[in-house]
Formats: sequence, C-alpha cells, structure tokens
Amino acid sequence: MTDTANPFANFVIVGERTNVTGSAKFRKLIEADDYAGALVVARQQVESGANVLDVNVDAAMIDGPAAMRRFLNLIASEPDIARIPLMIDSSKWEVIEAGLKCAQGKSIVNSISLKEGEAQFLEHAKRVRRFGAAAVVMAFDEQGQADTAKRKIDICTRAYNTLVDTGFPPEDIIFDPNIFAVATGIEEHADYAKAFFEATAYIRSELKGAHVSGGVSNVSFSFRGNETVREAMHAVFLYHAIRAGMDMGIVNAGSLTLYDDVEPELRERVEDVLLNRREDGTERLLEHAERVKGGGKKRDTAKDLAWRDKPVNERLSHALVHGINEFIVEDTEEARLAAARPLHVIEGPLMDGMSVVGDLFGAGKMFLPQVVKSARVMKQAVAHLIPYMEEEKQRTGMAGKSNGKIVMATVKGDVHDIGKNIVGVVLQCNGYEIDDLGVMVPCDKILARAKEIGADAIGLSGLITPSLDEMVFVASEMQRTGMTLPLLIGGATTSRTHTAVKIAPVYAGPTLYVSDASRAVPVVQKLLGADRDALVSETKADQVAARESYLAGQDKRPRMPLAKARERAPQLEFAPVKPSFLGVKSYAEYPLEELVPYIDWTPFFASWDLIGRYPDILQDNIVGEPARALYKDARAMLDQLVAEKWVRASGVMGFWSANRDGDDIVLWEDEKRVKEKARFFTLRQQMDKGPSSGAKGNFALADFIAPNGTPDYVGAFAVTAGIGEEDVAIRFKRANDDYSAIMAQALCDRLAEAFAEAMHAKVRRELWGYAAEETLGYDELLAEKYRGIRPAPGYPAQPDHTEKRTIFDLLDATKNTGIDLTESMAMTPPSSVSGLYFAHPRAEYFGVGKIDRDQVEDYARRKGWDLATAERWLSPILAYDPLIAKAG
Amino acid sequence: MTREQRLKAINAELKKRILILDGSMGAYLQGFGLNANDYHGTRFTEHPMSLKGNADLLVLTRPDVIKKIHEGYLAAGADIVSTDTFTANPVSQAEYALDEITRELNVEGARLAREACDAFEAKDKKPRLVAGAIGPTTKLLSMSPEVGDPGRRDADFDGLAAGYKEQILGLIEGGADILLIETITDTLNAKAALWAAWEAFDETGVELPLWISGTITDRSGRTLSGQTVEAFYNSVRHAKPWAVGLNCALGPADMRAFLADLSRVAECPVSAYPNAGLPNAMGGYDETPHSMEEHYGEWARAGLLNIAGGCCGTTPEHITHMKHVVGGVSPRAIAPRDTRLKLAGLEPFTAAA
Repeated sequence: MTDTANPFANFVIVGERTNVTGSAKFRKLIEADDYAGALVVARQQVESGANVLDVNVDAAMIDGPAAMRRFLNLIASEPDIARIPLMIDSSKWEVIEAGLKCAQGKSIVNSISLKEGEAQFLEHAKRVRRFGAAAVVMAFDEQGQADTAKRKIDICTRAYNTLVDTGFPPEDIIFDPNIFAVATGIEEHADYAKAFFEATAYIRSELKGAHVSGGVSNVSFSFRGNETVREAMHAVFLYHAIRAGMDMGIVNAGSLTLYDDVEPELRERVEDVLLNRREDGTERLLEHAERVKGGGKKRDTAKDLAWRDKPVNERLSHALVHGINEFIVEDTEEARLAAARPLHVIEGPLMDGMSVVGDLFGAGKMFLPQVVKSARVMKQAVAHLIPYMEEEKQRTGMAGKSNGKIVMATVKGDVHDIGKNIVGVVLQCNGYEIDDLGVMVPCDKILARAKEIGADAIGLSGLITPSLDEMVFVASEMQRTGMTLPLLIGGATTSRTHTAVKIAPVYAGPTLYVSDASRAVPVVQKLLGADRDALVSETKADQVAARESYLAGQDKRPRMPLAKARERAPQLEFAPVKPSFLGVKSYAEYPLEELVPYIDWTPFFASWDLIGRYPDILQDNIVGEPARALYKDARAMLDQLVAEKWVRASGVMGFWSANRDGDDIVLWEDEKRVKEKARFFTLRQQMDKGPSSGAKGNFALADFIAPNGTPDYVGAFAVTAGIGEEDVAIRFKRANDDYSAIMAQALCDRLAEAFAEAMHAKVRRELWGYAAEETLGYDELLAEKYRGIRPAPGYPAQPDHTEKRTIFDLLDATKNTGIDLTESMAMTPPSSVSGLYFAHPRAEYFGVGKIDRDQVEDYARRKGWDLATAERWLSPILAYDPLIAKAG
Repeated sequence: MTREQRLKAINAELKKRILILDGSMGAYLQGFGLNANDYHGTRFTEHPMSLKGNADLLVLTRPDVIKKIHEGYLAAGADIVSTDTFTANPVSQAEYALDEITRELNVEGARLAREACDAFEAKDKKPRLVAGAIGPTTKLLSMSPEVGDPGRRDADFDGLAAGYKEQILGLIEGGADILLIETITDTLNAKAALWAAWEAFDETGVELPLWISGTITDRSGRTLSGQTVEAFYNSVRHAKPWAVGLNCALGPADMRAFLADLSRVAECPVSAYPNAGLPNAMGGYDETPHSMEEHYGEWARAGLLNIAGGCCGTTPEHITHMKHVVGGVSPRAIAPRDTRLKLAGLEPFTAAA
C-alpha cells in the first residue's frame, strides 16, 4: 500500500470483519463467548492491512456494553492488534461509551447524528471530544436517513456547522453519507450510489477538513452469496467513491480487489448499476451474476497466512516471535513427530524462537507485553510435549531422574515473574527439575522448600528495586541457617555489581549472577556438573574485581563516627515504673483459645500470596474469593487445632533491675544494683541524619533504659505455639495433604505471634503494670498503638541474633518452654518468638541501619569477640566490605 | 497577583525563555529523616495502620517540611512548583485507609505551595506557578494485573475519574494555577483524569490549563501500556494541553530520543523532567547536578525544550544548575497546528488531509 499509484494509498482502510452486523462468523464467536476466536479475526484484519479496526457487537442476544468492554480489554493485551486505532461502532450510545472507557488511543466513534435532535447530537459530540476521539457523523436527522444527494448534503452541512461552531476540530469529523444497497429491483434505489458520490464530492470540497467514510459492503447487499459479484461491486464502488473524495471505508481488509483487476464485462455491468446508466442495468448484472455464481469462491486471505507455508521449524519460530498460539499445538506435534526425541523440539526450534525473542527484546524492538505473549506460547508448546517426555522417561527407565533440582522464586514484595518463568521453562527443557514457588515468596518458604526437596540450587528473581535487599536477606539467611548450595540471582533489577557487592559477601556458598535466560543453562550446567569448581573460583575472582571497582568509584553514604553518633543519642527523661515482680515466670500450656483473638490475619494471607489487609481482603474483588475460601478452611482447622490441642503453647518471661552503661544494658542480680547478672549489647544508628529539624538523633535500644542512679527495669520473653507442630505437619504430609500441612504450620506461626502480642498486653497491663488502664481494640493492638516495645534480636532495632542466647539463658527458656536455639541462633520450633521488653513512653521501633568498622570493633570488644566473629554476625548491616577493609 | 494575571505573565515568559519546574520531592524529603511520628502527627496517632511513607500526608502532619521543600526549589530558581499531591487520590490513599481525606490533602497541598509561591512573588513581583500534581494511581486501566487473564482489570474508568475529580476539586480550591497530569504510564488513566478535570471545571466554573506528562518506561520507547510517544501525544491532544512532556523512569541520556519525537509533533510547549539517571545497581541515582546540566544544555540548544525540571533523585542543586545552563537559550518553537486526522492505537496513524 505504499505505492503511490495505488488508489488505496491515501485511503484509510477500516477492517470490518470484527463487526457482528457484517460478519456472521464474528457474531457466532461473540455469541458463543469464543473471544480467543474473535481475536483471531481481529488479528487477520490487522495483518491484511487494516489501518483502523471496526468493532461492533450489536446483536440481540449480546450484552453490548459488557461484550464491548471484554473484547476491547482483550485487544489491549494483544500488541499486534492494539497497534492500530479502533473504530468503536454501535447504534447504542451506552455501548460506545463502554468502549471509549477501555481505549487508551485516539479512536473513532461510529456514530453520532442529528437523528434525535441537535441537543442530543451536541451532547454526544462533547463527550466524544472529552474522550479524545474522532467521530463518524451519519447523514441522518430528525426526519430520517438521507437518501438523495441533496438531503445528504443538507444534513452534513448542518451537522458540520453545528460541530465546528462548538470547537469540534473539522478534521475529526468523518461523514458517512449512507451507502445503501443498489440493484434491489426497487426503482427509488437506483440512484443511491450516485447520490453518495455526489454528496461525497460536495463534502470534500465545501466542508473543509472533514472526511468521508462508509460501509462499502452495504452496496452489494442484494448479491449476498455471490462473492465474485460483491467484490466486483465493492471494487468499482470504491474506485468512483475515492475519485469523488471518499478517504475512508469500512471494508474487508483481507479481500480488496483493484478496479483494474475486475473482469471487464462484469466491471462494465457493475458500473452501469452504480452510476445508474441504463434502465436494464440491474437485470443485466443479475444475469451476469448467475453465470459467475459459484465460480468465484472468496479469495484466500493468502497474505496473512503466508507463514503457514514455511517449514515447521520456521512456523514455530514465527509463532513464538509473534505470540500466535492458534497453531502452536499442531505445529509442535508436527515437529515432535519429525524429531528423534520430544526434547529436541524444545532444544531446537522452540529455543531458537525464544532466543530471537530475547534478542529483539534486548534490542528494544519488542516490548514487555509481546514477550509475555511469547512466553505464553512457549508454555503451551512445552505443555504439549511434557506427556511425551514423561512417557519417554518411563520407557527408557529414566523416570524420576533429573539433572538437578532447582527451587526458584520471585522474592517477597515482588510480583514480577515473567523472566523467572522463562528461565524456569528453559531449565526444565534442559532436564532440570524446577520447583517454582511463584511470586511474593518469603525467605523462610524458599529455604524450607530447598531443604525439603534437597535442591541443588536456589534461583531468586526480582524486578523492583526493594527486591535487591530481600535477596541480600535471603542470602544472609542461607548463611545463617548453614546452607551451602549455589544461589542464582536474576531479574531486571539485579546486576553483576550488586550481586558481587551486596549478596555474595553475605553468603559463603557460590552466588552467581545470571544476566538472562540464555545464560541460565550454561551456568547451571557447569554449576551442577564437573566444571563446578572452575566456575565457582572464576566467579569469586570476578566478584572481587567487581567489588574493588565498585568501592573505588563509590560515593560513600554519609555516616558519622561512633563517638559522634553517641553524642547524638536522644536525651530522654526517666520515670520508671517497677514491675509487679522481679525474676522469671513461666506459662506451660497457655490456653490456645486465649490466643485466638490476638491473631493478626493479614500476614497469614500474605503467607499464601494473597495480599491485602484483613478483614478487607475477604471482600476484595480480586483475591476476595480465594481469601474467603482459605479463611474458612483456616478457621475450621484452627477450631479443631485448639479443641483437640494439636499443639501446645508455652512461654516464659521475666523482669530484672537494669541500668544503661554506654550502649549496653546491665541487668543486676537484685535491687541493690551492685552485682551484674547479665548484659544486653545494643547497636547504635550511625547514619548522618543531617541538620534537619525532623531528625531525632541516633538511637540504640540502650537509650530507653535509665543510667545508673535511677532504678530502671528491663524485661524479656520467649514464647512458642509450635510444640507438636512438626508431628502435625508430618501426619498431613504422609496423607499427601500438603495443603493442610502448610495450613497447620501457618496457623502455628500466627498463634506464636498472637502469643507474643497477648503476653505483651499482659505485661503492660498487669505484670509490669505501667499501663493498667490500657484498653485497645484489635486494630489498635496490631498497629502497636501502645506504650512500650518488644524488639526481637535479628530484627532492625537489634540485628545481632546472638542476643537471643542471653535471653534464653536468663529465662532458662529451653527448659521452661521447649524452644531450642540452633547454632545459627534460629529458634525451633519455628513458630516461636523471643525479645526484650522496654517500658519507656518514648521507646519506639527503629532500624540500626548500616554501621561502620569503628562500631563493629567496639561491639566486638564489648561482646568479647574477635573482629571476624563480629563481622560475621553483623554482616547484613556492615557499611563496608570486611574482605576489602582487611586487604586495605 | 491573581491566577489570571499570573498565567498571563507566565505565558508571556514562556515565549521568551525556557521555564524551570522544580525537582523531586522524595530525594529532598529523605534529608529530613522523618519517622512514623512525623507522618502520623497528632491527628493520626490512632490510625489503624502505619502511615510512614505516605509523603502526601505530610501536607497535613508536617506542613513545615513540605513548605520548606517548595521554598528550597523556589530559591533555586523554579518558576513552577508542583504540589505534594502525587498520590493524593482515593485509589492510592485507600492503601493507607485515608481515601476519605483526599480532598483535604489536595486543598492543603495546593495551599502550601501557593503560600510558598506568594512569598517569593511578593519579593520580586515575578510570577510563580503552582502545578497541582496528579499521579497515575496504583491501578492501570489498560493492562491486566494478571498475566494469565489478559482481559481482567482491577479498576474502571468511572471509578478512577470519580477519584480524580475529588482530587482536582481540592487542587482548585487550594489555589493551584494549572493541573499537571504526570508520570502517565497508561494513557487511559490520563484520559480519566482529563475527563475528571472537565467535570470539575463544569462544576466550579474555574478552568485551569492542563499540562500532560507521559512516562516512557524503557528503551523500547513505549509507555507501560505500550504506546509510542507520538501515539501518546495523539491520544491526549484533544485536551489542548498547555504543555505536554515526558518525565520519570529514564535518565536524561535515554530520554533524549523520545523527547525529540515529542518535540517534533507537539503543537504546544514541551516539558522534560527526567530522573537523575536510571536507578543504579544499588537503587540510587547517579546523575549529578553537573552531569545533568550538560544534557539540559544540549536539549535547549537543539530547540527541544520549553520547560525543564527534574524528577526522581533530583535536588535544588540540580535545578540551580539547570536554570543556569538553559538561561539565555531560546525556547523551542511551537510546532504549527496539524490539520490532518491523527489517530492512535499503540502506534500513531495519520490520515492524509
């Protein structure tokens, strides 16, 4: 269509096949709810060269607004269709508005008219403009549709003047002077085509800027069933209409015939009819039509499906690159039959196609929605092959064998998983077993699963910036829990530098950055094969280099020396309240039913990837339904769990006389405050908060305790709701009921947190008693709207997990509650919580943030550690790289 | 100065020089080291959830800080400051259970900015414009939240428009001079905002100029919802924008090509306020005031710019440098009105005249 000799060169082709009033096929698809099929029709129109896509869903049995919304929303997700503008076509205004509300581009409304008077016309025109659309204006007024040239001209002139007077841009007016059927046998109809040509010529010369369009296939309505004649009529009609100035038309974009290509005799007879040149024109055309009937089956839409004639491998590649899933199963099957093994189809044409997709995306020639579509097609192809691959494994005795197991997850807080899915598919295709945990996966779930299935590697993905920190956390948790398996890092936000500088240093196991899906296979092959050591040492060397170059070019974030940070400690006033007792109190078999009201359900849903605040989440229009189902199951199991005492809750807490000593908290044997019983070590914020008025100083937990001279107190606790938890989970898993196993664990987790909350309330109101009158509702409790805090070691206010040891010793927690502390300071059972109690009214949760080497050295000295030990436990918060600092 | 006088004066300036918009709120806010108490203030101590990070709430709880930020940018030479109302719409605020105070946030946000501007106007009699910032919300009208269910939407046009209208009524009441619909990732969201603006104008009888700024999310040159720059422009052109531009997502180096595309077609002033570079490996921004200055200087000399400012990661220092470098360079000549029929899907389509 770029050839200027082409009469259609400046003609806007509006694809008409997605119009239920013009296409029975399309109507049936919409009526049958087959929107996938309807999209195929739309795509064919685009591929056949339509410049604009007409969408009309006006049919008796169709809910117009709903169908329009649904179809346009689906089109919006098909970049190769959504590429072109829409013509939103309906005789009902509500359907047009429904469509406009789903179209981001500048569309054309088809249509508005003076049919119901000027006020209605102007109101519609105003709304069209506010939606940012152009409008087809029908030659239709209060008296009816214009049939003669004069009526057409009069109505269009009136409509034009009315619109332009209100500021409607003339070029956004597209007149439809009505194309009616000719050769109907009714005498008054004989001039219809001619009247259209005349009106068109007038509009284009006199109504400046306006365009002329029309539904061309109307003209041949009396020749339904005879495609040869109909196409000839359309070709000849368009030839004359375009010469008169028609510059847009609703036509079958796939079958436009050129005037010169129409067989001469037929062309002459058609022309006689259209131009009303002979009295017997209609009879002569009918007679000719009888002769050509059947001989002229509709032409194949050869162009759009030309790729179907290519060899199967090229077809697969084409389908992947263009995201076409229509033929993918048959093509995959054909490729499978031709291949020696089903895997070869994946390794060959499918991977080739995906690497083209990767290249195009990398080069900015494809954008995200298209890549998503390609991935979808890839998955469908692989899904087709999987049963054959399973069958082959059975047959060859390879069942259950795999090259390795990899747990993959998009980290907590991130919902993007396209890249990860692609990597997963690619690895699966190469014989690795992928256990994909999905998106928003919390660290403990990833680690637990890796341990559970004996994974050979863990792959983490993320697209948003905060995911970087979460990955560091996962890596540090892997270190803390003593894991050694390789960790793969990938996703849009990750980088070689970040992996080298932030992730690799906190984890002693191999940590590898995988830049894209194509790198995943070679990396994993080496890592899980014989080349592992070489790859690992090569990677380590590369990461050292990356760290050095990062540090060399680094702009240090402002922190202050420890001494200065200490000067900036908040100066609090103290009026301590003495607890009701000093010493330890334990609660064996705490009644579970008393914990239930304290349960914070929001994290429970989050642990199931259902994101939203409880109770609102139950009414959420997206996750509400699964949330309600889950909640119902959870409440049912909780009732049973509590009634039948599946698990036991036990806790211990205590209070001691205490005073601040620098950044330490000294606990005294008794109220004489002479003999030291124990000591909590705390860490101080070193970030330079600047001179701004908002900054409140640099905190350490010790600041909340009074110095010597004022008798103050501190408390500690350890609670669990998980005694017996593991047995319950094992019982369910033996019955192959993973759902219930996970549910039980999630409930125990919540009960442990609820226990900590309940215990804290009891402490504030009763045991310590500094807030005896406190009355807080459920939400306020969860929002921590009370006085005092209960920070836990390992969390931002005290990132050092080893402080748990002191808590446990003071409380004799293992004996009193059954909670064990592992070497890496993890509590088992996992549904356990421990921490300190501070009662100061200004005590608040804060994050220590990054600390410098001066504080690490100071902390090591206080704890009686060597520097390396301190750096290991504090690695997530070090503001420097210990390796490089040592070397330097 | 009344709003009419101010707009008249600024429009006259717009013909003479490149105007300066302010920089980011976020980068500046960080320096204040605000904590949860600052966000909650005294009014929201009992609020059922944490409000930390709800930067727009600070117009109520720490108005002093927000005003200081506006003053910082005005002192750096900004002609236009944008209000701290980027997320002050019911959809975004619902995430903090604060959708109820949408209007109040906007009234106060606009009022604070106006107050800061008035003080500077009083000193030198030069116009300072308050642009009521309207963000994209957290929902997309053209994209499914779920890959496997492409037809799904978690918001609709009418709902978003109703929320935007509440915001705009607040901005008008608080004294905004123009409306800045910015960081447009999905043009349909912007259309809902425009729709709401006209409804608000109908209701109040006050009509503010509309400034529309899209966001190209990556080097493919598309908005998040898939439109090219020209398709985006065609889709918002009906608003007869006071200015149209690009902001956020990209740093100046990557924005250049798309700015040039827009500059070629826009029949109104063109604005650009990129980020201080792409987020680096650590999630921070690398472009310094000096390095950004070079880009702005080149854009200005190439005739691409009418209004320059900064987005994420920029500070008053960036603005000072920017003002310095574009000073004395003639503003871009506005493209003449194109009378061809211009349509758009994801790509533009222009019919012959």
